[in-house]
Amino acid sequence: MTENSLPSESVIASPSGVKLAAKLVSSTDTRSPSELPADDVCLKVSDLALFYGSNQSLNEINMRIPRQRVTAVIGPSGCGKSTLIRCFNRMNDLIDGVSITGRIELNGLEIHNQDVDVAQLRRQVGMVFQRPNPFPKSIYENVAYGLRLAGKVPKSELDDRVEWGLKSAALWDEVHDRLNDSALGLSGGQQQRLVIARAIAVEPSVLLLDEPASALDPISTLKIEELIADLKTRYTIVIVTHNMQQAARVSDFTAFLYLGELIEYDATLKIFTNPSERKTEDYVTGRYG
Amino acid sequence: METSERLPQEHRKLFRERMSLGLWFKSGEPWVWLTATAVGTSIVAVLGLIGIIAVKGLAHFWPADVITFEYANELGAQMIAGEVVQSERVPREQFEESGTGRVLDFSGDPTRLMIKSGNRKVNAPDFRWIYAHDITKREKQQELITFERLEWGNAYGTIVELRQDGVAVSATNPWRELKARIGRVVDLRRQAQVIQNRSIDRINYKLEKLRLKQRKRELQGNFKTSDLDQQREQLNQEYAIKERELNDIGIELDRDEVVIAIAGGRQSVIPVRNIVRAWQPNAMNVFSKFGHYCASIWAFLSEGSREANTEGGVFPALFGTVLMVLLMSVLVTPFGVIAAVYLREYARQGVFVRLIRIAVNNLAGVPSIVYGVFGLGFFVYLVGGTIDSVFFQAAKPAPTFGTPGLIWASLTLALLTVPVVIVSTEEGLTRIPKALREGSLALGATKAETLFKVVLPMASPSILTGIILAIARAAGEVAPLMLVGVVKLAPTLPIDGNFPFLHLDRKFMHLGFHIYDVGFQSPNVDAARPLVFATALLLVIIIIVLNLTAIALRNRLEARYREALN
Repeated sequence: MTENSLPSESVIASPSGVKLAAKLVSSTDTRSPSELPADDVCLKVSDLALFYGSNQSLNEINMRIPRQRVTAVIGPSGCGKSTLIRCFNRMNDLIDGVSITGRIELNGLEIHNQDVDVAQLRRQVGMVFQRPNPFPKSIYENVAYGLRLAGKVPKSELDDRVEWGLKSAALWDEVHDRLNDSALGLSGGQQQRLVIARAIAVEPSVLLLDEPASALDPISTLKIEELIADLKTRYTIVIVTHNMQQAARVSDFTAFLYLGELIEYDATLKIFTNPSERKTEDYVTGRYG
Repeated sequence: METSERLPQEHRKLFRERMSLGLWFKSGEPWVWLTATAVGTSIVAVLGLIGIIAVKGLAHFWPADVITFEYANELGAQMIAGEVVQSERVPREQFEESGTGRVLDFSGDPTRLMIKSGNRKVNAPDFRWIYAHDITKREKQQELITFERLEWGNAYGTIVELRQDGVAVSATNPWRELKARIGRVVDLRRQAQVIQNRSIDRINYKLEKLRLKQRKRELQGNFKTSDLDQQREQLNQEYAIKERELNDIGIELDRDEVVIAIAGGRQSVIPVRNIVRAWQPNAMNVFSKFGHYCASIWAFLSEGSREANTEGGVFPALFGTVLMVLLMSVLVTPFGVIAAVYLREYARQGVFVRLIRIAVNNLAGVPSIVYGVFGLGFFVYLVGGTIDSVFFQAAKPAPTFGTPGLIWASLTLALLTVPVVIVSTEEGLTRIPKALREGSLALGATKAETLFKVVLPMASPSILTGIILAIARAAGEVAPLMLVGVVKLAPTLPIDGNFPFLHLDRKFMHLGFHIYDVGFQSPNVDAARPLVFATALLLVIIIIVLNLTAIALRNRLEARYREALN
């Protein structure tokens, strides 16, 4: 692991930044995730370690990610945030030379078990990437893509599900009259919401968002954040972000990752107002470096 | 004058400052000029080549004037009528030393003309050189007729009389009468052709099938032939009927003859059934010449060849070329794409895969004749021979697939062009953004589903690029084809009305080989030369058309995926 400087958008320059971020926190959750009853835990990560060849990228991660809440993962570039959430839908399987130890349980089921169908798992754990990646197909086909994979769906049901997905992603009003146009004609923000629609059309239980707004303009970012607030009533959301204010605004729980280690994981309010770890405080106040 | 003295000096100074050679080299300008010259030379070379082929090839179809020359040389006064094919200067020394003993009464080199005088049968040779200075009279006789014949090449002459069943026919306008009778013959020939193609060939095909069936039974120890004999009897009866019809048409065809007078005083009898077309070039205006020109080009494209390929059209070769290239594309695409997908998507990238990749790239550099030899040894003798001994035992010892044929030629060329398809497909696959693959996988798609639904559609422009390159290479290839399926003259097309319609085992004709055959193996080089150019032009046009089609298709696909790739 190499040390990385802080990305500029996450800098809250003054020590009063803590207060600034704290003001933004909307969540009222104050419990520590470790106090959650077992029923409320959607993803349970135990002793997770990940190696790229002989390089260790994640070390001893233990997390309980609560159901129907937004959990933010923050930390400097290269600290393993993306790597961590890519463990949750086993996207790291695709990379040569990756080995994982430890357990990840989704609703009590170990996802690395032999009898787990990875495709099935990924349908339950949807993922949205940093850059919008719609397929070079029509808007309709993009949303229907995952549905068609799941099996043969009658046309009328497909139409309903596509509409529902687009409505859930707050995109329906903008595109309902041009569903057969290419998805590549949409703006970046619309594309990202399309990708979210595509992910939730297959009705996952968990939604992993890997810096979903980092490539977008402020207005699109705002829309995505509003969308996240809407979606958390139905889905467990894990969001990776570089933007401290964004983490404060959208999340209920925040995990701070540094050099592959989970430094602190607690209610967002606590992380931004009264972190227990010195490193966390330095990071969220922008004093890091 | 002060200024005029100063100017050159200033110029020189300016020149020194600006055009200092060292500076000029430093500026990089020479390299720009060098590259521009290289591009310019290539373009000139390509356009020049196509230009020469086009001019020479297309000029052949223009109905040339038939000129009657009177000339006198060491052999005395002569008369000849024909088309001027070529004119060239002969070095004076060469003329003087040629042994005629004649002296030139002018200075400079003499010019000689090549005259296509036709009438090969009565007036050989049909191409003659005459010296321009020997000519005493040139004349364009309006009533001179050019006859294009099925045999013996062109004839030139004027009508003496028309004969029907050997008896002279009186006609007020013999030319019109002759044209009417040629029209009748053309109709009859067409009828005969239809009977030949639709009935006789079909019956023969069925009889052959019956023979094979019987032989198969015999090989199995079953000597029951009564049912086959019955069918055979029926076919033979049908055959007899059709044969009689053909004979009747033959008698009708033989009815008319035309007697023509040839320049120089001789006469020749031409059976009308031998005439393909006749026209009076000297009496035609530009528009009727143009009509004739278009008809000639159409005939060239749509008719079979005659007279050892030196006359007639190239349709079978055209058909064979296009069919073979299409078949090759159909075969090479799955081969190449599957190989590239395995190498790029599934194989573990390492030394071994790199070695395979190097080997594939080097395959493209193997001389094509080597592929021909390989195709003959592996496809024809081994694969084809095995197919024969397993499925076509009855036809033995005559080979069915164990002999050069369309399928083997296509496979050999597919093998020859598979490297370019692999290379460009691989390039296309590497260009697909990882984000799109991950997007698909994250939605629960398997690797194969991602491949079929996202990756391959997006790589299709690159695959098409590979196919374009493959077509360009395959359509122009001749050497390997000579070993694995192309023949000088194929009696039947590879596609016909007999089941299974596409006959992969048949030999076929090919434009590239046709050029070689007509140009270099022809018994009558002068007659064949224009056809070489015309055929070459046609081959170039076919390659261009095939390429443009594929390029247009690729561009459309590329436009669809461009944004996603960037």
